[in-house]
Amino acid sequence: MLSVVVFLPLAAGLVLLVLPRPRDGTVARTWVAASALDLALVIGLWAYHPSASGSPGAVTGPLAYEERVLWIPSVGASYHVGVDGLSLPLMAMTAVLFLACAVHSLRQRVRTRAHAVLFLFLQTVSTGLFCALDLLLFFVFFDLSIVGMYFVIAGWGHGRPARSALQFFLYTFFGSLALLLGFIGLYVSSDPRTFDMVELAGQTPLEGREPAGGLVLLAIGVGLAVKTPTVPFHTWLPPAHTDAPAAGSAILAGVLLKMGTYGFVRIAMPILPGAWSDHAMVIVVVGVVSVLYGALVALAQTDFKRMVAYTSVNHMGYIILGLGAAGLATGAQSGAASLAITGGVTQMVSHGLLTGALFLLAGVLHDRADTYDMGSYGGLAARAPRFAALAAVAFFGSLGLPGLSGFIAEFQIFAGSLGPVPVATALALLGILITAALFLRALRRLFLGGPGPCTDRVGDLSARESAAIAPLLALAVLIGLLPRFLLDRVEPAARALAALVSG
Amino acid sequence: MTASLWALVGLPAAVGAVLLVAGRRADPVAAPCAVAAAGLTLVAAGAAAVFRPGMSVPMLAGIPAGLAVDGLSAVAVLTVAAVATAVVLSASAEMGTDQARGRFFGLMLLFTAAMLTTVTATDLFTLLAAWEVMGALSYALIGYWWGEASRVRSAALAFVTTRTGDLGLYLAAGAALAGGAGALQLSGLAALDGGWRDAAVAGVVLAALGKSAQLPFSFWLSHAMAGPTPVSALLHSATMVAAGGYLLVRTEPALAATAWAGPTLVWAGAVTALLLGAVAFHQPDLKQLLAASTCSQLGFVVMAAGAGSVGGGMLQFTAHAAAKSLLFLCAGMWLAARGTRELGGLRGAARRRPLAGAAFTVGALAVAGLPPLPLWTAKDEVLAAALRLGPAPYAAGLAASAVGAAYAARALAAVWSPAPEGEGGAFRRGPDHRWSPSEALPPAALAAATVGLGVLVLPAAARWWRALLGAVGEPAPPAWETAVSGLLAAAVLTATWWVCARGRAEAVPGRRWLGGWLGLETAAITLLVRPVTALAQALAAFDDRVLARGVRSCAGGVARAADLARSRGERGADGTVRAVASGARTLAAWALRPQTGLLHQYYVQAVIALVVLAAVVVLMR
Repeated sequence: MLSVVVFLPLAAGLVLLVLPRPRDGTVARTWVAASALDLALVIGLWAYHPSASGSPGAVTGPLAYEERVLWIPSVGASYHVGVDGLSLPLMAMTAVLFLACAVHSLRQRVRTRAHAVLFLFLQTVSTGLFCALDLLLFFVFFDLSIVGMYFVIAGWGHGRPARSALQFFLYTFFGSLALLLGFIGLYVSSDPRTFDMVELAGQTPLEGREPAGGLVLLAIGVGLAVKTPTVPFHTWLPPAHTDAPAAGSAILAGVLLKMGTYGFVRIAMPILPGAWSDHAMVIVVVGVVSVLYGALVALAQTDFKRMVAYTSVNHMGYIILGLGAAGLATGAQSGAASLAITGGVTQMVSHGLLTGALFLLAGVLHDRADTYDMGSYGGLAARAPRFAALAAVAFFGSLGLPGLSGFIAEFQIFAGSLGPVPVATALALLGILITAALFLRALRRLFLGGPGPCTDRVGDLSARESAAIAPLLALAVLIGLLPRFLLDRVEPAARALAALVSG
Repeated sequence: MTASLWALVGLPAAVGAVLLVAGRRADPVAAPCAVAAAGLTLVAAGAAAVFRPGMSVPMLAGIPAGLAVDGLSAVAVLTVAAVATAVVLSASAEMGTDQARGRFFGLMLLFTAAMLTTVTATDLFTLLAAWEVMGALSYALIGYWWGEASRVRSAALAFVTTRTGDLGLYLAAGAALAGGAGALQLSGLAALDGGWRDAAVAGVVLAALGKSAQLPFSFWLSHAMAGPTPVSALLHSATMVAAGGYLLVRTEPALAATAWAGPTLVWAGAVTALLLGAVAFHQPDLKQLLAASTCSQLGFVVMAAGAGSVGGGMLQFTAHAAAKSLLFLCAGMWLAARGTRELGGLRGAARRRPLAGAAFTVGALAVAGLPPLPLWTAKDEVLAAALRLGPAPYAAGLAASAVGAAYAARALAAVWSPAPEGEGGAFRRGPDHRWSPSEALPPAALAAATVGLGVLVLPAAARWWRALLGAVGEPAPPAWETAVSGLLAAAVLTATWWVCARGRAEAVPGRRWLGGWLGLETAAITLLVRPVTALAQALAAFDDRVLARGVRSCAGGVARAADLARSRGERGADGTVRAVASGARTLAAWALRPQTGLLHQYYVQAVIALVVLAAVVVLMR
């Protein structure tokens, strides 16, 4: 069942490839249908997820829908997939975001078939990564996502796409090599040798073995930090986003960045809990620096898309802060640690939805008037009220307004982290102040006040654009008002993880 | 009777959300819908005040979201719902059909729901959520006329400034969790462990001072006047700014548990009441005068919380809400009629509209602290509590209430003085314009409420009030104190009126500094905004020129190394191979030399070789 969810998009892509000269409309509709079906299947997984049962051996809570087939027996690698409370929300978010991109691309007429096949391929890769339980399988999906996104940016980007795509590819590929190094380190230290995450989490092979544990954590940490990205490994992000097409940016920010943060909760924390606690202060510092640096640099941007890209660095920083703080929590603070981790996972989902929406909205600007420069607009609310309303919701969501998902995430991160790391958390709080200032400024420059030179070229959202963007924001509101449906899935896994790394 | 609580919060929220989402399509029905919703909310508030419901829904792990109505919040929900109903009714007349009424009334109702949630919240999560939503909605309401960039900028400034204070509540939530109040209940703050209690209380104090526009945050309230006047009548009397004072009164046990919070708040409140009262006196613009007066009057609520006078603080909260929203409503009518907010331009306004003039006078006299109006009683209760901390805060508070009488007199003198010759026709709607009931009713009701609250000066009523709020043991002001403050208010009022009526108000010193809101905004911009902006620019430049370029030059370094490997390494390796080859060739040429083909030479070679061998053998043995 789980493999069907993973490979259904790829299968649809292959069908599109073998069709002789399909019409653009057929391609687009097939894509939407495949993504919608995949989302329906994920909803099924969600509804029937046995959050209280499942195989008992798993360390981060029970696993469901597990499948395991030997793949490379000589090194103990297998095709092992399964779902728990950490992966299910991200799989669901991935399915939602890909469907939104499919709907958004219904009128995409540049090499339509290749475009659709590439996104379907990326969907399989992303979904597979979020349920992979084997390090090699994880690594393969991790690398393939880079390859897929390279072609999306290079093939359908604007500005200087080839250069940005190459920089993105080389930088994140460098990160994935560091990751591989760490994985090999885990493999050679395990006994019996295995790449299986569940077995490794049971063995915790490098527990108490310094400096090996620290070095392996460093390799894995750098690999994931490049993908997340955290300061100082973030410089590939702004050019990649600025030159990527809207749907590509949405997937890049919404899904691909989460692969980094997901790796922390899925691999680094359960397999290296001791090393994580020992070096948690470094992680907290990286998180806080990312929060403040990302927010400040975003404040100085005049290009809307670059600004959103830097706020991603800021938002990812909160996650890193929360995960690091969980590592520093004492046994008595395990409740706070669990809250911080739950907040981190919620932030992954929330950022996926909100930033996905923001990048699709940025695409509207580019489609209409060819520029992201905020100074060129103004007073758009009069010409494009629907556009302005959806953007305002996305902006306020991103600045952490209660009633939207970002607040649920950030409140948990802050409340949970303050006990273990008071000074760092107090500093990170300034981040939400700076993001408030910059999003309100962007709102004024783009949508309010008098018209700018490009204002009259921007019409309101089409039904297709609204249909792609509005559901993302509706979900953000739903999580903001009634978060239990999400937190019920995340909390058991977060508690188990907190018990591992705290105390 | 949980239903009354659901209705209290849910009804305005739901109707507001529908109006907001419907946008301009809802314009024709927005006002009646909003009035009906506000009226029903008032009914729900009455029911909630009687039945005292409470509820809690699961929210985060171990942190349920709770709402409850106790004596304190019963007073607050009634005040908020009553003022909201009056303001919405009045706005239905004031906001013309050319305005985006769906958006306006939707936002007002949502705002009311957020404020009602704030005052009934039992835990920090719910409180913070409603608190921040209130801030964002106030942004939307202040920036209601978004076509003018300056108004939007004012709205953003107000939001960012209050959010600076809001960070304190995040801090308090984290401290409460760390200090052992797992469910973040407000009632658990007093019992937190050691330093966490100080941190939580500091956070609450910061948030309350920010929201209540106390020093040093006061300047945002000046910018908040960029919005429509009904917005100020709701936000800057009974809600939003009042929420800060209310929060302090609610968390009074926790404040009292720390040694420092009480005196800090008493002084913060007293200084704000005094200085912002002086600021109010020097405003040439009626709305700005009222705004500064709001800061000043809420200073007494802050003082009350610090001095432990829950009864006095809540009386000040309620009476100020009624009086100030009344003043803003009247100011809004004159503003609409005359098109000016300048005090000079409002000369004679009260004479033209005697009903509005009378209502305005009731509000102004109440703010002045004239007996027997309720703010007089409230201030005396607060001052009696402050006296326990020493004569200095008492004296500061008394001076502040005298300043209140002065600016009230200035406003009254302006609107009651005879209109200048020839300007009598400045009213757009003419002197014989008949008031519609929706215009006349709210000020009349609020004026009646303001006067009616004066009943709380009676000992029996005062006892009931304290029992309601659970503040039974608080000190009552002695008779001499009430007499002193009442006489002082009357004397200052008369004297100032006399001075102002003769046009000598401008002669009072400190006009520039006080008129400019103490230079607070300039200070905030110079000390905070500019440095942060400069830092952001510098970091952005660093990011582009150092970090990104550094990464690129690493990549360039690899390319250069490859180039070097090609130019040097490859050539070197190639050269070595060639050298080996040519060496082999040379050796081969040499090896060819002995191959002469002449037999005798081969013999010689053999002999030499044998001799050498023999020599080696001999020598090596």
